[in-house]
Amino acid sequence: MTLQDHSAISRVMRSDRGIKWFVGLLLAAAVLLPLGHLLFPPESSLHVSTYTLGLVGKYMTYALLAVSIDLIWGYCGILSLGHTAFFALGGYAMGMYLMRQIGTRGVYGDPLLPDFMVFLNWDSLPWYWHGFDMFWFAAVMVVLAPGLLALVFGWFAFQSRVVGVYFSIITQALTFALLLAFFRNEMGFGGNNGLTDFKELLGFDLQASSTRVGLYVTSALALLAGVLVCRWIVASRFGRIIAAIRDSESRTRFIGYRVEHYKLWLFCFSAMLAGIAGALYVPQVGIINPGEFAPINSIEAVVWVAVGGRGTLYGAVVGAILVNYAKSYFTMAWPEAWLYALGVLFVLVTLFLPKGVLGLLQRFKRAES
Amino acid sequence: MRQLLEGMSAKVSRLLMLLIMLFVGVATYQPLHASTDYEDVIEAEESLVDTALPADQTEEFSNALAQLASASFSKKEDLTSELVAKRFPGSRGVLVALLENQLYADKSSGKVLILSEQDGEKTYHDAISGELIADGGSDKKRITTNNSLRKKLRGDIAIFDLHSEDRNVRLGAVQQLRDVVDQSVATMLMKQQSIEKDDDVIEEIRVTLAIFDLGSEDSEARLAAVEALDGELGNDVFNQISALLHSEEDKEVIKAAQATIKRIEGKRDFYSLLETAFFGLSFGSVLVLAAIGLAITFGVMGVINMAHGELIMLGAYTTFVMQQLLPDHIGLSIILSIPAAFLVSGLVGIGIERGVVRFLYGRPLETLLATFGVSLILQQLVRTIFSPLNRSVQTPEMMSGLLRFNEVFAVTYNRLYILIFTFIVFAGLWLILNKTSLGLKVRAVSQNRQMARAMGVRTARVDALTFGLGSGVAGIAGVALSQLTNVGPNLGQAYIIDSFMVVVFGGVGNLWGTLVGGMTLGVATKFLEPHVGAVVAKIIMLVFIILFIQRRKQGLFPQKGRAASGA
Amino acid sequence: MSMLKPLRDFTERDRVFDMVNPALRSPKLDVSHGTVLYLEDISVSFDGFRALNDLTLYIQAGELRCIIGPNGAGKTTMMDVITGKTRPDTGSAFFGQTIDLLRLSEPDIAQAGIGRKFQSPTVFEQHTVFENLELSMAGPRGVWAMLYARLNAEQREKIDSVLELTGLQDLRFALAGSLSHGQKQWLEIGMLLMQEPALLLVDEPVAGMTPQETERTAELLVSLAGERSVVVVEHDMEFVRSIARTVTVLHEGSVLAEGSMDQVQSNPKVVEVYLGEQV
Repeated sequence: MTLQDHSAISRVMRSDRGIKWFVGLLLAAAVLLPLGHLLFPPESSLHVSTYTLGLVGKYMTYALLAVSIDLIWGYCGILSLGHTAFFALGGYAMGMYLMRQIGTRGVYGDPLLPDFMVFLNWDSLPWYWHGFDMFWFAAVMVVLAPGLLALVFGWFAFQSRVVGVYFSIITQALTFALLLAFFRNEMGFGGNNGLTDFKELLGFDLQASSTRVGLYVTSALALLAGVLVCRWIVASRFGRIIAAIRDSESRTRFIGYRVEHYKLWLFCFSAMLAGIAGALYVPQVGIINPGEFAPINSIEAVVWVAVGGRGTLYGAVVGAILVNYAKSYFTMAWPEAWLYALGVLFVLVTLFLPKGVLGLLQRFKRAES
Repeated sequence: MRQLLEGMSAKVSRLLMLLIMLFVGVATYQPLHASTDYEDVIEAEESLVDTALPADQTEEFSNALAQLASASFSKKEDLTSELVAKRFPGSRGVLVALLENQLYADKSSGKVLILSEQDGEKTYHDAISGELIADGGSDKKRITTNNSLRKKLRGDIAIFDLHSEDRNVRLGAVQQLRDVVDQSVATMLMKQQSIEKDDDVIEEIRVTLAIFDLGSEDSEARLAAVEALDGELGNDVFNQISALLHSEEDKEVIKAAQATIKRIEGKRDFYSLLETAFFGLSFGSVLVLAAIGLAITFGVMGVINMAHGELIMLGAYTTFVMQQLLPDHIGLSIILSIPAAFLVSGLVGIGIERGVVRFLYGRPLETLLATFGVSLILQQLVRTIFSPLNRSVQTPEMMSGLLRFNEVFAVTYNRLYILIFTFIVFAGLWLILNKTSLGLKVRAVSQNRQMARAMGVRTARVDALTFGLGSGVAGIAGVALSQLTNVGPNLGQAYIIDSFMVVVFGGVGNLWGTLVGGMTLGVATKFLEPHVGAVVAKIIMLVFIILFIQRRKQGLFPQKGRAASGA
Repeated sequence: MSMLKPLRDFTERDRVFDMVNPALRSPKLDVSHGTVLYLEDISVSFDGFRALNDLTLYIQAGELRCIIGPNGAGKTTMMDVITGKTRPDTGSAFFGQTIDLLRLSEPDIAQAGIGRKFQSPTVFEQHTVFENLELSMAGPRGVWAMLYARLNAEQREKIDSVLELTGLQDLRFALAGSLSHGQKQWLEIGMLLMQEPALLLVDEPVAGMTPQETERTAELLVSLAGERSVVVVEHDMEFVRSIARTVTVLHEGSVLAEGSMDQVQSNPKVVEVYLGEQV
């Protein structure tokens, strides 16, 4: 606690001890799994398959989505039940780039139009598809599209002081409206089937295992960066202000803070983070369709955060990975039971674990000492 | 739990009885259908066949019939004309049987037979003598028809029916004759017109003759016909006058026809507007039904119950189970389903309140998540018990069919009943909340929990009962929805967002708001749909509500006063 | 109504147009006429109930004013109007010569220099005492600035001095939520001091305090007056008597009497509606 220690990194590291553990673990995962994949032959018990890499990579993107939710819910009390809308928008932006990269390798071989447009007898590319043949443009759109939606929506909502449950319900309606819209063929995003059959990303074959390793490492690093930036934000005075807004919005106003601006900034940032998560998700699973907008996905993502323990950031990561691992396990071993398990999880966590798994660990620790 | 149950049944049962009685009253009211069923007529005719015929006529009749068996289609048309012209007493029966594919020729005996089927048992009668021929002979073959012949047959039968004792049969006959009207038919109709007593039949004949006159050589007659048809809504009239406009040369007639067409179009537009409005109200009533239980749990208690949709689903499945239990009494099973669904969903609701929600009062976001978990469990439970596939719930006869006001405007009975049912449920709830002691306590607790407790209200009990009431109403909504949509595990999910939107739009804590809000959204959606399509209409409504809530957080009917702003 | 506002501006020719009034864009308090707060003909009604009824009230710069009145007299509503929480139906409210309070939002008013302490203490319970004071500190309030904001030595000293003044120096790292009621009152007063407002609105500052604490609060408020203007709403008559130079009695949304405590107490109207009940 010295005054001269001013750097941003020290601020983040100083904020709590767990962060060092977390950074270490995540870096280890980012390095060890690919090594296990590359160094050991498939017969070896230490070999990590591309399937596993893809799966863990997917969890990482989910974890980033969960972090973005925790940032607004855990720290500012804004419960968005439509956050996968931003995730999906980021995913669609990436999907549009991947779609344009297919070029003449599509079923119809049209150099310009994606297959589904040829199928719908469209003769030219819609205006909003222009530019997506360039990666940098798509990368900008990955954050810009969710950010803009969050800006417009949040501006309306926060300006007229829609709070609490009302906000949750209208975010749910928002993602539901987008779901319906993206199902329409006329929207020009592939309708029901979405965007799929991707071939390559930045010239790398998406099927190649080296590309999968690259995507995995990128996801892990993006998650790490996401958590660190969020930690930096919540450790700043800005972070204390948003927590103040969470605890007493009107008091914050009366000491001179423009609550709407803070919320809007945070909401947009969170949406962009979710957009990045979506963009990393799409090349790893190879498809994006309107189902990603389904309100249930958003609520499920909120539960990851609740399970891990909200207001801690890595709780969100832990929760996302735990719940999704359980989901993968159940849907393979015992598919009917998954919804039961998820439902019971919702109820138990809210009733008995308000601080999530991390809160439980802390309680054990305290009991020991 | 037992106490809770008794408390609830004591207070709610009287109202429930009222609801049921009203519903039964509505459901058993059977309006008159314009019956043109040939079945009835066949039965009436069969008794006539027995009367003995003069010998020469019998021979002529049997000759004609014998030819019918092997004639070409065009020859058959001539022969049937003969049957009509000669008016043999058995003619009509033969024509009906021919039309219904029930006329057979037995090659070996040379007889023509009429098949009649009762309870799956086939019997054959001789078309001339009416005598029963048990197996219908060994070498019988059906006498076939084609479209043009069938059309002619309908006209032929109508000629007989024109003199029927039954005004409905006569009415149907005139309508049939409109398609085949020629000079001879017109003469016949005019004759009937002069002796007809029934106003509707006279009107029908007038229109038919006017349509016939449209084809007249005489422009005066055509003009008169066009004017006579002014204001008729039927498609045939419209098409005939439109056709006339293409061929007509007389300027007077063209002018009159154009004016008439315009007026008809105006009227049709009006009725189509009326129809859209009805569809809107019907859709609105579904929204209100789905939302009104939520208006209680969310609006009055402030509890976010994401499992509300699943409580609706449980009501729909209750209907399905009742029908399985009473497969022969579909109508009765629907009526019994109403209290049953109320109980099932109400009890599950009370279970949710006691087991989950009560630990989370004052923490709305956690309540939302926990009840969402409950909704997943209920959905999966239904999948496990009933299968993930949709189940079909039958519609009782009293609820199927159309209530026809005129030729372009008709409403389906099930939608009409559900609309009425919605108002009954609404009135019932309003009475419970405003006129019973339970309602008084509910309102007291929702306004000031501490004070209510201090006054001796057992708030925990009131909470459970209120939640049970809201949930039970969701179950009743499920019964109604089972008549409109498929019953499946996802039924509830389809309505949960809509329901929240309606409650929030109408103003939380306000039953009237829910009613007006739901109806407004329903009508607005249906008026938008023809212009932009169903999906876009839905999106527009969602976006509208999102914007509306942001402008007016309190909804259409905000709670008033100082207390509301603090809440 | 709000749409008519620009139109009305054009018809009221005795005022300067908003667009040419620099004060609105960067409000600077101007008390050259000796008055810090002007409330004129303010009326507020809630659903037919008139909470404020043509209330007119002036507060002099540097004054310590006590406002008393029976329940429902409109004291809290008046504070809501001044701080921008409630918009009046009619009337005008100016902070100094130039700042039109009715055009500003709550944060703007707070930044212009009006601080408020609530009736029941509202502090940020999940933050430490130190953080509560840090957040209340006068200074920039922009989103980006707050991301990079750091305390300098001078600001730390300022917080330390307020901690000392409020007697909370030993609790600086305690969560505000764990404080006693009286300590929360002090913390809120401390937060008010950190804002360095020109006008302090203090709603029932001594509720729940021990006699010693009450005495210290009285000293503090008296010492603040002069440099700043202080408006105190209080029910505790002893406390009012100990600090007040001028007392305003509100009744049914308007001023019933104004003067020294003795003058007010001998006013027959006041005795009838207010003190009569007390004695």
